[in-house]
Amino acid sequence: MTLNRDDISNRLAAVGYIADHDVATALWLMDFLKRPLLLEGEAGVGKTEVAKALAAVHGAELIRLQCYEGLDQNAALYEWNYQRQLLAIKTREGDGANADAIEEHIFSERYLLERPLLAAIRREKPPVLLVDEVDRADEEFEAFLLELLSDFQVSIPELGTIKATSIPRVVLTSNGTRELSDALRRRCLYHYVDFPDVDREAKIITTRTPGIDTTLALQIARMVASVRKEDLRKVPGVAETLDWAATLAGLDMHDLRQEPEVVHETMMCLLKTREDRSRLTREVTERLLGKVA
Amino acid sequence: MSASARQPASANPEPGGWFAARRRLAGFARTLRDNGFKVGLSETGDALAILAGPLAARPSTLRPALRALFCGTHSDWERFDEIFDAYWLGRDVHQARVLAGTAFEGRAPGRHLKDVGSPTGAAGLPDHSERRHDVGDDTGDGQGRREGASRFENLASTDLRHIVDAADIAQAHALAARLSRVMRARLVRRERVRRHGRRLDLRRTIHRNISHGGTLLDLAWRKRKIKPLRLVFLLDASGSMSLYTAFFVRFLHGVVDAFHESEAFVFHTRLAHVSASLRDRDVTRAVDKLALMAQGIGGGTKIGESLATFNRWHARRVINSRTAVMIVSDGYDTGTPEQLGEEMRRLRRRCRRIIWLNPLIGWRDYSPQARGMQAALPFIDLFAPAHSIESLAALEPYLARI
Repeated sequence: MTLNRDDISNRLAAVGYIADHDVATALWLMDFLKRPLLLEGEAGVGKTEVAKALAAVHGAELIRLQCYEGLDQNAALYEWNYQRQLLAIKTREGDGANADAIEEHIFSERYLLERPLLAAIRREKPPVLLVDEVDRADEEFEAFLLELLSDFQVSIPELGTIKATSIPRVVLTSNGTRELSDALRRRCLYHYVDFPDVDREAKIITTRTPGIDTTLALQIARMVASVRKEDLRKVPGVAETLDWAATLAGLDMHDLRQEPEVVHETMMCLLKTREDRSRLTREVTERLLGKVA
Repeated sequence: MSASARQPASANPEPGGWFAARRRLAGFARTLRDNGFKVGLSETGDALAILAGPLAARPSTLRPALRALFCGTHSDWERFDEIFDAYWLGRDVHQARVLAGTAFEGRAPGRHLKDVGSPTGAAGLPDHSERRHDVGDDTGDGQGRREGASRFENLASTDLRHIVDAADIAQAHALAARLSRVMRARLVRRERVRRHGRRLDLRRTIHRNISHGGTLLDLAWRKRKIKPLRLVFLLDASGSMSLYTAFFVRFLHGVVDAFHESEAFVFHTRLAHVSASLRDRDVTRAVDKLALMAQGIGGGTKIGESLATFNRWHARRVINSRTAVMIVSDGYDTGTPEQLGEEMRRLRRRCRRIIWLNPLIGWRDYSPQARGMQAALPFIDLFAPAHSIESLAALEPYLARI
């Protein structure tokens, strides 16, 4: 299924992801050039959302591999179901079956546990494979991933080589905790996800928070934008904005300026460290509110 | 790449125009490479496919497409538009290169070119340092500098260029290698102590127990991988440090060479990530490259601001819980001491140790009076002299204990 760029834009909007044009271009290029897409950006700008939206756009399954330190092939690719295998050996031994037959039996598909990477290449319909926070995995894993992304086949010593039945659309995200290798960067398309601008964020708020005023959404977006400019340790992401918007909508607010007290108290939705909390004092909140108006 | 194979089929119907477009694109790829982008053949091939595709109709659609393809890092991403506009929308390319090049080159392009051309340029930093030193910075400590730091002063007063000789480089390297070795020995021992892991490794356990007929007697455990100590080096390359930079650049090369995990940064009024240039196998070439990068210097040092850049953009990536940060600076800061203190506090929270090496400590009667130094002191684990190879070697027992 090939869509042109505007189709992708429209469909993204239809599934509730308010994209800028560049994202749509990058997503279109993924199909056009058959390359994975690497998304970088600060925490909370909605990198993972892009993959989810992409899956929704193509009506494909989303398979997610969350990377962490010490992630190895067994957790990412496949694992034998050892418990069942042991059990099978014990029961067969009682039957007096010969060793070859047992081996044949226990190293069959039945005892294979699919992990995300293997699952992604064995689907009928191409899924979206999200390799989340690839920078958390170590370099060896990155090299392995690179190999998989170019060959799309996996060899399991006991079972033979498994070729991809469909080529998944691959999205990688990185938070920049470790420098990724040049090889991986070159292999991928790159998109830097920035915080949405005020208009886009307001649109996101109205799409995701049912029953919110458009004026309030715009005020919230402006307020968050100015909070982000303050010198904070943890800059609030889009998810925090949505939390805050939901809170304010739930409190039946219509105008931020009317109740600065409530605004200040609910700011805990945005500020997640004690330090940031103490930095945004009542006075600062009021100053920011003044600018929003 | 399948995409490049697709390209002729959908090529521009007018062969002449297509050819010209291809030439332009090749030129663009070259410009990007000149600007430090990692652009390979397969990228150029894919770019041709894009050029033949529907997005090439307008610059506003072509730009994001090429940007997604050619960029690999955030800094690429930020510079791309400028280079793209310069190349495709008719502004002067050379101007763009200067604009988009590293900050140091950008500061004094004329001088840069002149120095590359001249034979003394190859000798590296010391020559320039001397020149700059003569021009002088007006911190008022110029006189003092000439008197301090025994070993260096000797060399400096005769011929600064002798510092580049092979023996000195070898010595700096040997020292760096020795430091890395003591730090590693410690790690190996730790790994041996932790014999029991947290989880059973079933795959290995079963394999190991084949000889027992499948009965599990001998268990294999998994333990967490131990990360080696990482060293992050922040070198002050400002005017007031000029006498020492040459030596430290060499030491830095040794460190980057010996430590598997190490990162190097140079700062004066801005911060530059130099690990990649230091990884050049050829010592003299690496040092030359760095000397060129450090050349835009002179004027003040903005330690606080450079640390802020480091904390904001690099710290997350290069610092983990087992990282020792080594700052080499004399602490003369033209920024505000408050900012320096604040950034030091942030840095302190992230890393394991902060070691501040100050060449001035080697002088008689030195006390850290500079306001910047005062602000930074509370966050420093070790404040040590670094005016000679001997003083660096004295760090050995400390590093072994980290």
